[in-house]
This record gives sequence, structure tokens and C-alpha cells, in this order.
Amino acid sequence: MTKLTGAQMIWECLTLEGVEVVFGYPGGAILPTYDAMLGYKIHHVLVRHEQGATHMADGYARASGKVGVAIATSGPGATNMVTGIATAMMDSVPIVCITGQVGSKAIGSDAFQETDVTGVTLPITKHNYLVTRTEDIPRAIKEAFFIARSGRQGPVLVDITKDAQQGSAEFVWEVGPLRLPGYRPDLRTLPSELERALHLINNAERPLILAGHGIISAGARAQVLEFAERAQVPIAMTLLGLGGIPASHGLNLGMMGMHGEAYVNSAIQQADLLLAFGMRFDDRVTGNLKTYAVNARKIHIDIDSSELNKNVRVDVGLVGDLRDVLQELLPGVQSADHSAWLDHIDSMKGDLAVRDIQSLPDTGHLYAAHVINDIWRLTKGNAIVVTDVGQHQMWEAQYYKHDHERTLITSGGLGTMGFALPAAIGAKFACPDREVWVVAGDGGFQMTMAELATIKQEKIKLNIAIINNFYLGMVRQWQEFFYEKRSAAPPLLGPDFVKLAEAFGLRGLRIKQRAELQGLVEEARADSGTVVIDFQVEQEDSVFPMVPAGADLDKMIRRPARDVLIETGADADEWELGA
Amino acid sequence: MAHTLIAYVEDKPGVLNRVASLFRRRAFNIVSLTVGRTEQAGVSRMTIVVDTDELGARRAEANLYKLVNVLRVDDVTNKPAVVRELVLVKLGVTAEQRTAVLQLVNVFRARVVDISAEAMITEITGSQDKVESFIETMRAFHIISVARTGLIAMVRGGGKISANPPLVAAQLPENGAAEDTAGLSMSV
Repeated sequence: MTKLTGAQMIWECLTLEGVEVVFGYPGGAILPTYDAMLGYKIHHVLVRHEQGATHMADGYARASGKVGVAIATSGPGATNMVTGIATAMMDSVPIVCITGQVGSKAIGSDAFQETDVTGVTLPITKHNYLVTRTEDIPRAIKEAFFIARSGRQGPVLVDITKDAQQGSAEFVWEVGPLRLPGYRPDLRTLPSELERALHLINNAERPLILAGHGIISAGARAQVLEFAERAQVPIAMTLLGLGGIPASHGLNLGMMGMHGEAYVNSAIQQADLLLAFGMRFDDRVTGNLKTYAVNARKIHIDIDSSELNKNVRVDVGLVGDLRDVLQELLPGVQSADHSAWLDHIDSMKGDLAVRDIQSLPDTGHLYAAHVINDIWRLTKGNAIVVTDVGQHQMWEAQYYKHDHERTLITSGGLGTMGFALPAAIGAKFACPDREVWVVAGDGGFQMTMAELATIKQEKIKLNIAIINNFYLGMVRQWQEFFYEKRSAAPPLLGPDFVKLAEAFGLRGLRIKQRAELQGLVEEARADSGTVVIDFQVEQEDSVFPMVPAGADLDKMIRRPARDVLIETGADADEWELGA
Repeated sequence: MAHTLIAYVEDKPGVLNRVASLFRRRAFNIVSLTVGRTEQAGVSRMTIVVDTDELGARRAEANLYKLVNVLRVDDVTNKPAVVRELVLVKLGVTAEQRTAVLQLVNVFRARVVDISAEAMITEITGSQDKVESFIETMRAFHIISVARTGLIAMVRGGGKISANPPLVAAQLPENGAAEDTAGLSMSV
């Protein structure tokens, strides 16, 4: 066996794991590893901030289903990764972060750029490692990849001391099962529980599937559709579930929750059986837990047994990979006719069209919802859309109809502003032949816009839509609704985004009227380089419907049938409550 | 109510931190936590007493299993088990009080392990009730300090616990009863 340095081992391991691209930023404690990189074929993307590296690895993983990799140095390099790691943790995204650490003899001495990174990231990683010996590197990295992508996926961090990178040892890549006696990614439910679930399923009159991220992670689209079609069960989606089931499917009702469709939330409250498929009853989809779906029995399928009974008491909890569990259930699922229930839901849809901003007359204003809807129309729903967090994110979820899996990439659980631009870079590396759109607000975009330089350097093509309302829009909306319009902090002064794009060597466009939209968007799409489009939209628009935080799910604030923004600009005190 | 969980964990650096951090960030209140080696090399045993309800105990158990270094978890709260705690009580005692203390020590089957002109250290091992009652009784004298180990527990009867955790209680029975978990658990 040949001896390798620890630094070489890292690249050897990444190569053996099938890694093609890593996102990173060099620094003192990781320099041995950077020095060894030159001998390997893995492409390194030099980011502008380590947070960007983690979001890129995250976007890469969400778009491809493979493990994303980010690299940084010790201390500030590693702490800059914290937001990205927490984002991946909350949304169960498989990434591996490799950080340099000060020499093993200096650990605990407050050495230059020393931070206890395994301590800092303990609660926000699925698992982490501190490696102080060269010979331990291969096993740690192999375990890290295995843990990241198995079971409920998540981020794993491997912190490697500088002396471990510099030392030499025989490179041993163990084949066969790993020795992880305490790690059980494949817990399963007893068959008796499946029987209880089937009994509830086959006797339900108003069943409803709540479809989450697990459908995409488990690749369970076919099984969910077979289930839904045979038993005629309508499907409500979580934000991260969007795309898991085609938006155009007849049984797909659309998004539930805080900014979900009112009739979807009403359907949840009226159902007699909820089938939670790979979702976790987040507070943004349940509203007030005390009044949540009190009429419904609940069956919860999740790969993580700690999710069962966490927020909502369930009648049957089935643990396991969603696809596997559904495959076991399907033989017992009987054909059913729930046309009365489906018709009832359909009848509740009625007022959606009345209140939809798409139905409002064109007054020359540019509404974010129109922008998103037009981008959907022009891209024929085939683009990968990476959003930031805030109003535009909810409008994207409402107005871009995702038929395909892994085409909506968004920070759901953590709600990380600044996520979109770097995550889109990662997604583009995962899917170089796909059209990738960034949809970001002017606030979140300014958090990580330095990555425009990364885009220029890597010569990649993105279409960047900044939904610019000169506000932190969601903050403004909450202040308007819940803080008596007291506007602490916003409005937000931003740069000239067209000039900004040009300063980074990219093209910038500005759109203020809906009439200009189609032509300029097509121009941007046709451009071989990245184009930043500054969509200057209506400044004080709000996302409707809305369940105020902690309110009953069907007590939604609705868009007024007469839109005050358009008609008078007068006080908007007439918010209508009720489903 | 208090739930007593026994966790077998890999004896590796940082594992105690991982367990303690889990209980902190999931907002569980730890009453006591003890760690020690076991008969098996590389395996430590933690006894964690946590103040939570039945549902909370199941969640704690499920979350413990998510830690890669946790090998097995047993909730012994409702199982026949020997549960013990060791307590040292240092008393400020005058010469006249000594006999009274010694008598009480005998009644509790405690021991005197150190004695000096103005103080003595008593040691008691027993169930939580017994040691609480001993400490309460000793309050009649001047208690200088109390040191408690926290509970350790062991299920009664024979049978070796397999290294492989066969059953994880996935949920509560609908009526919240603790005994009927057979049909509501899952296997590996």
C-alpha cells in the first residue's frame, strides 16, 4: 500500500465517493488540503463567503439528490458555515462540510483562528467528527457521506487538524458495511401497525394526503400517485413538497399552511383522515395545534421516529422510508370513490379566482405575483427555481406551478435569507443543462450578492430575478397586519442592481411595467451569460391568504375583493377574516 | 413525572456532551445524569432521570436513538428495577449530638465514613425515597454539605441485554396506558 498525506486522503476519499465539484474557500488550517487538490480532478469552486459554499453544496444536493461538499478553514471560515449547515439540517439536505482545524497540539489553547467547531455545530449537524490522526481520515469521511445520505438525510461536518492533513499514513478504504453500531437509519414499523393504518384508510370518507419533502427525498412520487389515484385521495402540499407531485395533477390541491390556499386549509380542517407523507407538521402548516384538524384521525409516515407525536398526536405512526412503507401499504389499499368529498373541496375553490391577483385589472403596476406567473409561463414550468425567503418565496410557491421534482429549491425550515443566489449556483453545477432561475427579494439578495463574482468567475448562466419592492416585504407585511403599521427598520435602500450587475461583469436589466416583461425576460433567457433583472414591483403588496402565526388554520386573512392598493391606496382596515 | 432512561453509548470523546446537548436543545429538564463504564469495553452506561410525561419520554428515547453514538435506550420507569443513589452528608455535630446521629445512621442502615472533632460524614445508598428521607431526617442537625451521585438503575431478573436494540417504542397507545406497547413498537 502506498502512503498518502492526510490532505491527499481527503481528495482520494472525495473521488471514491463520486464527488465532482466542491465549494470552498482556503485559509491557513486547510491549506495543506488545498495544496494537494491540484493532483485531483475534482472541480473546486472558489466562493466569496463560506456561507455561500454551504448553500451551494445544499443547492447542489437538492437539485441532484447527491451529497454536496463544502470546504473551509478553521475559526471564521468554519463559523461562517453555520447558517448554511443549520439550513441543511432543518430541511434534511445531505451535505458534507470539511473544515481545517488548528494543529492537534494547539487545540484548547485559543490558537490563531481556533474555534471549537464540532462544539459549535453539534446541534445543527446530523453528526460531526474531529479528526486528529491522519489514519482516521478515510473512515471519518466515508462515515460522513454514509450518514449524510442515509436515513433522514442531513449535514455532517468533518473537522480535520492541520497536522492530520500534513501527516502520512497508509490509505485504507474499507469496503463493506461500516461499523456504526449505534446508527440505525432503517428502522421499520411492525406489520401490525400497517394493518391499523389500512383499516383507517379503507374506511375514511374525507381523506387527505399531506405531502412533504419526504416524497422527493425518498423518490416516492409513483407510490404516492398510485395510492392517491386508487383511493381517490386529494393531496395538499407543504412548501418543500412542491414538485414532488405534479402541480397539474387532478388530485393535487396545492400548498397548505400559512400562505397556502384557503380551500386547502379548510379541507384539512374538515378531513376525517390525514395521511402525512414525509412531512413534520411544522407550525407554518398547522397553525394553532389545539384546533388543528380535530375531526381527523392521523396516520404519519416518516423516516424519523422522533417526528411522530412531536407536534401532532397521531393515531398510527409508521416509521421508514416513504417509498418502502407505501409499497408495503399499497397491496391493502382499496379502490374508493370520494367524489362527494372532492366535489366539496372543488366548491370551496370558487372564491380563489375572485380574489386572485391575476384577475385584477392591469393598472400599469407591476405585481410580484404577475412576475412569477409570467416567468412560469415563459419557462413552461421547466426551470429550476431557487428562491430566497420572504414574500417573493410565497408568491413563487403560489404562482410557479412545479410539475417536476427538485425544481423548487428553497429554505423552508430555517427560512434563511441570502440562500437563493449561492444555492442556485450549486443547482446549476448539479444540472448544467437546465435553465436555473434565482427569485430573490431585494433584502435577501443583498445578503449574499458577493457570489455574483463567483458566477462571473465560473462563467455560469443563471437568470436572476430580484423582486425589488424597496422593502423587507414580509417584515413590512407583518408590521402592517400585526404592529399597527409601525414601520421599524424598512424601507430598505438598495444599490442600483443594474449597475451592480455590470460592476460584476454581468448584464443587468430593469423592468417596471408588465408590458415590458415578456420581451426583456426572453432577452435575458437568450443571453448566454447570467443576467440580473431588477423587477421594481408594487412596494406595499402583501401575500394572501395568510394564517397569522398561531391562529386557527382556517382563520385566514384574505386579499380584499377590492384591492385597496389599486383602487384608492386608502387604509386597508377591511381585512376579511374567515375561510 | 420523572422518567428513568438507561442509555448505552459508545465510550468516545464528546458523547456526554452530545447527550446533554440533546436534552438541553429539546427543552427536557434533566433531574440527574450519571455515566460510567460497563462490563463491555468501549461501552458506557448513562442513567438519565428526566422530568417529562410519557409522550416526552418517548420523544427523548427516539431522539437519543438519532445520536450516532447511542447504542441502546431502555426506559425502566415502569419496569421492575433496582434503582440506587449514593449520598454523602457532612454534618456539623457536637459531642452531645453524636450518639443521636449514630442511632439514626443505624436505623437507616447508613454508615459513618469520616469523623472529626466537630463534623462527621455519613454515607447512605438506597432508593430515592430512602435517601431523601435520610437527608430530611439529618436536617435536625447542622448539614454542612450534601453530595449525591444521581440515580443508577438496573432491571431485575436474568437475561442479557443484547447489543442490538430490538424495540423502539414508536408511539403511545391511544389511551396513554404504558403497559400495552407490544403492538405499538417497531423492530429494526
